[in-house]
Amino acid sequence: MSASKFSNPVVRWIDHRLPIFSFLEHEANEYPTPKNLNYFWNFGSLAGISLVIMIVTGITLAMSYTAHVDYAFESVERIMRDVNHGWLLRYIHMNGASFFFIVVFVHIFRGLYYGSYKAPRELLWMLGVVILLLMMATAFMGYVLPWGQMSFWGATVITNLFSAIPFVGESIVTWLWGGFSVDNPTLNRFFALHYLMPFLIVGVVILHLVALHRFGSNNPLGIDTRGPQDTLPFHPYYTIKDFFGLSVFLTFLAAAVFFFPNFLGHPDNYIPANPMQTPAHIVPEWYFLPFYAILRAVPDKLGGVLAMFGAIAILFVLPWLDRSPVRSARFRPMFKIFFWILVIDCIVLGYVGAKPAEGMYLLVGRVATVWYFIHFLAILPLLSVIETPRPLPQSISTPVFGGGGGLAGAAAAPKEKV
Amino acid sequence: MAKSQSKTAADASVEHKSRRDFIVVATYAMGAVGAGAFVWPLVDQMNPAADTLALASIEVDVSKIAEGQSITIKWRGKPIFIRHRTSSEIEEASVVSQDDLRDPEGDEVRAQKPEYLVVLGVCTHLGCVPLGQKVGEVRGEYGGWFCPCHGSHYDSSGRIRKGPAPLNLEVPPYSFLSDQVIRIG
Repeated sequence: MSASKFSNPVVRWIDHRLPIFSFLEHEANEYPTPKNLNYFWNFGSLAGISLVIMIVTGITLAMSYTAHVDYAFESVERIMRDVNHGWLLRYIHMNGASFFFIVVFVHIFRGLYYGSYKAPRELLWMLGVVILLLMMATAFMGYVLPWGQMSFWGATVITNLFSAIPFVGESIVTWLWGGFSVDNPTLNRFFALHYLMPFLIVGVVILHLVALHRFGSNNPLGIDTRGPQDTLPFHPYYTIKDFFGLSVFLTFLAAAVFFFPNFLGHPDNYIPANPMQTPAHIVPEWYFLPFYAILRAVPDKLGGVLAMFGAIAILFVLPWLDRSPVRSARFRPMFKIFFWILVIDCIVLGYVGAKPAEGMYLLVGRVATVWYFIHFLAILPLLSVIETPRPLPQSISTPVFGGGGGLAGAAAAPKEKV
Repeated sequence: MAKSQSKTAADASVEHKSRRDFIVVATYAMGAVGAGAFVWPLVDQMNPAADTLALASIEVDVSKIAEGQSITIKWRGKPIFIRHRTSSEIEEASVVSQDDLRDPEGDEVRAQKPEYLVVLGVCTHLGCVPLGQKVGEVRGEYGGWFCPCHGSHYDSSGRIRKGPAPLNLEVPPYSFLSDQVIRIG
């Protein structure tokens, strides 16, 4: 590393002792990025920005929130009515949570489609699953804080999941509650943890980025970059693309915040918590619905809980279930079909999760649950053996400049105008 | 490749230089406006909320205060001293020469009605509450209030006479709604 990289003598002096500028130059400026990334690669940076938006609005909300069963609901209403711009901050935080999950779900399915979980990016993928788990825990506890009816009964139902654990389940639930029901101690600790966990997420995100920068981004072709002709410096090419994606994302977020702030929420949560009465039909927030459907599909308490957690746990071992050496679904005709079936399956699970657990919904939910596990446990390992992938291009540049690869014609035409 | 590309792009854009500059500057400006519009609510939420501002004025019935006695009431989270002064205290406060005062201010300016002195019970040095409200408390060398923290002496008009405080005890905005009732704030 040469010190002459920077002309500013102050920067050079600092960088010699604390190579922060070299680090940024290397990781954010010249960082070689595959030149063929499509817009699905925007969702990583969008997730990071969502996390920042959530932390910033969350800290400001915490300044006016009271974590006590007698005051929590009223303090949230006070934020909505009396605190300067409190309504705006709360609606950004509420809808921001939903948008964060939308972005992360797209990010995950992008990884599934283009095989971003395969070697050498297994740990990168697993760290992402850890982030997802932390996000779910954070979102769940955040939803409890307004202390409405859905908060209270959501907290009751979800914490009771742990009572399914044999022998120690009841003790664990009592420990989680700090009492014999969801009450003030529960609310207090949920607030403390809800404040803590986003910073844990930040820590894991940093690890996620370190792992990412080890081998760089995957790309739509799923083949490794073979040198400078396959890459672009991250700045300005991808910073400007990320900013463009961000402006589109923020437009949608602003539309939700200003015009449909409660569209994704549940009206029952504007009723103060009442430990004496459960609402007729309780549902979790939309981003938990697929998992909720899996929970209810299994007609056994412990089995349901295991299936629900198993649905996420299975993602940890995904890199070893899908043994196909080809990453991108573009070159895997059978995988591509099953990928879209899985997408539909997850949407069906989400739909069923929002409906009462009876009749047709229960049946559909069971079929969709079974399919979810068949996809990962049977189809992916099987495809690795029986599928014949299409020929891979020589390199990322090859299809662009002609000379082989099935994509040559399609991809070259628009590029030539540049 | 990236380098040569951007170079030819730059050559081609020479004649449109000003237009491109305009777009770049306009984009940065919009970004700055957007960022500012997001940051301002984050900052402003720490200012007093509407319900806090609603509590910013109170009404007090002063007819119950006997001559020579004081009451302390809470206004905006701070103590307000209301003293029903004796005629000798009023006399003392009004005869003082302005030259003897660190923060010159006439007693008639400080008290709308000479019998009732209304001041903020917060020492202008570093914010302690001065003594002198209760019977038997030290009232300092000038018969008003005495701040025990760093030894500031206030006279019967609440003016600083001795010690480190720079200014007189502040007179809050108030008005007499009737002969007996004042509204502070």
